[in-house]
Amino acid sequence: MAAFLQFTFSGLTVGAVYALVAVGFTLIYNASDVVNFAQGEFVMLGGMVTIFLGYAGIPVPLAAVFAVFITTMVGLALYRFGIAPARDASAVTLIIITIGASIFLRGIAEIIFDKRFHSLPALFGSDPIRIGGASILPQTVIVLASALLIVCLLWAFIGRTLYGKAVVATSSNRMAATLVGINTRTIVGACFAISAAIGAIAGVLVTPITLTSYNVGTLLALKGFAAIMLGGIGSAMGAVVGGVLLGLFEAFAAGYLSASYKDAVAFVVILAVLFAMPQGLFGKRMVERV
Amino acid sequence: MLTRTDRFRRLQRHRLFPLIPLVAVIVVLPLLFPSAYYFRVAALVFIFAIAALGLNLLMGFAGQVSLGHAGFMGVGAYAVAIGPSQLNIAPLFSFVLGAAFSALLAFAVGRPILRLRGHYLAVATLGFGVLLTIVFTNEAKWTGGPDGMAVQQLAVVNWTLRRVSTWYWVLAASFLVSAVIALNLIDSPTGRALRAIHDSERAARVLGVDVAQKKLAVFVISAVYASVAGSFFALINGYITPDVSGFLRSIELVAMVVLGGMGSVVGSLIGSAVLVILPQALTIFHDYEHAILGLTLMAVMIFLRRGIVPSLSAALSGSHK
Amino acid sequence: MTTLAAENISIAFGGVRALDGVSFEAARGKVFSIIGPNGAGKTTLFNVISGLSMPDDGRVWLGGEDVTVFAPERLARRGLSRTFQNLQIFSHLTALENAMVGRHRHESTGLAADLLHLPKVSRQNRMTREAALNALGRVGLGAMAPQPAGSLAYGDLKRLEIARALATEPTVLLLDEPAAGCNPTETKNIEAMIREIARDGITVVLVEHDMRLVMNVSDRIHVLANGHTLAEGNAAEIRTNPAVIEAYLGTRNAAAEAARAFG
Repeated sequence: MAAFLQFTFSGLTVGAVYALVAVGFTLIYNASDVVNFAQGEFVMLGGMVTIFLGYAGIPVPLAAVFAVFITTMVGLALYRFGIAPARDASAVTLIIITIGASIFLRGIAEIIFDKRFHSLPALFGSDPIRIGGASILPQTVIVLASALLIVCLLWAFIGRTLYGKAVVATSSNRMAATLVGINTRTIVGACFAISAAIGAIAGVLVTPITLTSYNVGTLLALKGFAAIMLGGIGSAMGAVVGGVLLGLFEAFAAGYLSASYKDAVAFVVILAVLFAMPQGLFGKRMVERV
Repeated sequence: MLTRTDRFRRLQRHRLFPLIPLVAVIVVLPLLFPSAYYFRVAALVFIFAIAALGLNLLMGFAGQVSLGHAGFMGVGAYAVAIGPSQLNIAPLFSFVLGAAFSALLAFAVGRPILRLRGHYLAVATLGFGVLLTIVFTNEAKWTGGPDGMAVQQLAVVNWTLRRVSTWYWVLAASFLVSAVIALNLIDSPTGRALRAIHDSERAARVLGVDVAQKKLAVFVISAVYASVAGSFFALINGYITPDVSGFLRSIELVAMVVLGGMGSVVGSLIGSAVLVILPQALTIFHDYEHAILGLTLMAVMIFLRRGIVPSLSAALSGSHK
Repeated sequence: MTTLAAENISIAFGGVRALDGVSFEAARGKVFSIIGPNGAGKTTLFNVISGLSMPDDGRVWLGGEDVTVFAPERLARRGLSRTFQNLQIFSHLTALENAMVGRHRHESTGLAADLLHLPKVSRQNRMTREAALNALGRVGLGAMAPQPAGSLAYGDLKRLEIARALATEPTVLLLDEPAAGCNPTETKNIEAMIREIARDGITVVLVEHDMRLVMNVSDRIHVLANGHTLAEGNAAEIRTNPAVIEAYLGTRNAAAEAARAFG
């Protein structure tokens, strides 16, 4: 029972990160039909920039704010220089562009930072809390709570504000949105920026637990993709549920089956979902006009 | 009465015509090589050109996508590594077995995977490639794990392939054979069906093309090409690690295809040449290798989507007007 | 002789009944037209007949055989071919190559032979090229053979799709709005083409909005509205059928409008 709880806690922790990556994916995908492979790099940058600014002498909280800001700028730049110029490119071309961006960011991180693993101090210390024979880090609780908070804020923004409605309009039909006066370029750019910010925040919060290095982005992006496949591409609720479920599957597979094949779980999930239930748990089926 | 120009036109239209300048370059080049190092670089160019050619058949002609193709290179590479050292199978036979196993694997996963399209297909193939890499990394008993394993040299009867200049000729010939097969395929009923599938699967189906079967066929063929390249890679290096099948490798292959030109056989060689030679030539930029790869990929997909060879030939034929 | 028959076809998408109990029979060498206001279900019916959609109910018969569940490629091998309303041209291929793909079901080399370019492949390529050129000639596109299809004019592309379908040597040819977007001259050409195709013994099933074309070329006309059959008959009968007139034009001044529209 204690083992089960332990796996659940670790599953929820990574699941929360996957959920945030997936939410970032979904925001961009809905606004622009782009599957942004560089999403994982936003998480990496959040953690790494905070760490290295910290080494440079800046107090960690301030460094974190700067890191989120810098990553947001990177997200905007990705849209402005990578996506916007590639007008009417096919879905595959766009994915290759974002893969190129992800490799580029990874390459830059390799040079500016280094290749080692780094960490950040936890917010409320590293003494674990014991619940039912299992222990959970306070940082984990913070990650989970923040994930929930971010998703709620996003939901409120999308549903309640005028800008949020503009995002929804742009997602449903870009041409129509342009015709009613919405500046879709600004909206899509904003979505990239928000996604980058969400990714960076996730990176800052989770680094105390999982550590970070220049190349964590790739695997994170793939797992984020597995999460949205599971949850249903285009659905924000699906992104969260998919992310958490994926985290749990991974933790249980690692605990009860084989630790070294932990990373394979995400891919098995991708392939299984694609063959059995391509629209995912909450996805909408698109009807194609002949 | 056929004039000289008519005869040249006829020759120009022959499907193997693009290979003529290629053969000329291949024969002349070694005369300019100052050292063994150049032979080795050229050998590597041919190896990756074979893999890129296979991927080009899948992506450039049939219009599919595979972001995990290096996985098949890995299968070929580990086949020639594991066969002789762990199973006592001769290197040449291991080579063939590797290709056969790749074909089988492609056949098995191809049917379900190729039902997907667009980014679903992209991510499914990516996932497949990463899965293979995870297996190669974890099954250390067979593969030597993340540190890799040594590969015996290729030996046939008494003779061992040792000198790098011999590798040059062997690989040049192999690339030419691969190119001939690819050009044969393109100028055939199957080739036309594949190119049709690229533009409209629906129309191809109503004209009687069994789209699923054709896509599977080109997927298997491209897997065999990658496997052959992977085997050669392992043999020439004498050592392999799991990154031979890794995500970055798969993306490099895609970069070669798009850079050289989707749908251009010669383009596969050009793309491979650029991506193999440039990092060697700019060793001062070695640390920036990944950053440059990423930037190149983005730039090509945004500005030069058709790739070098098709853009060049379009520019050249345009200037004849 | 009935070459193509649809029996009680029904299909629904989500909550919408796109087709409801539609039946018809098309005879050899005759032009059978399906008309109706937008949204009547004409293209859906074509998709069902050509194997791209499965009906919820009903059957499709081709040459006496039940082909309801057949996939498009299987139907093509039985001699059914079609064109598309929104043009599905192979734009990266030349006009000639487009028509050559139409010969696919008559080509008999295999994958291995193709990879090795055995002599029979050269022979096959030659035969295919000739037959394709013939098909292009039949629609008047012979001169355009070497042009990349993507560079051809819209009217030429409509004819190219027909040539491609003809290259399959069909017994039944489904034409989905072949005159859509064409000017009067192009439309007249298409009209002549359709008559010639029918004269060659091919069963032509036509979906079309251009009423003059339909009236001039059809042996029988089937009217669809909201997924049901409204009427079926020859041109004269349909032209004067009050239910048809009402479906298209509403009831006010119907007779006057009908006279103007149908000439």
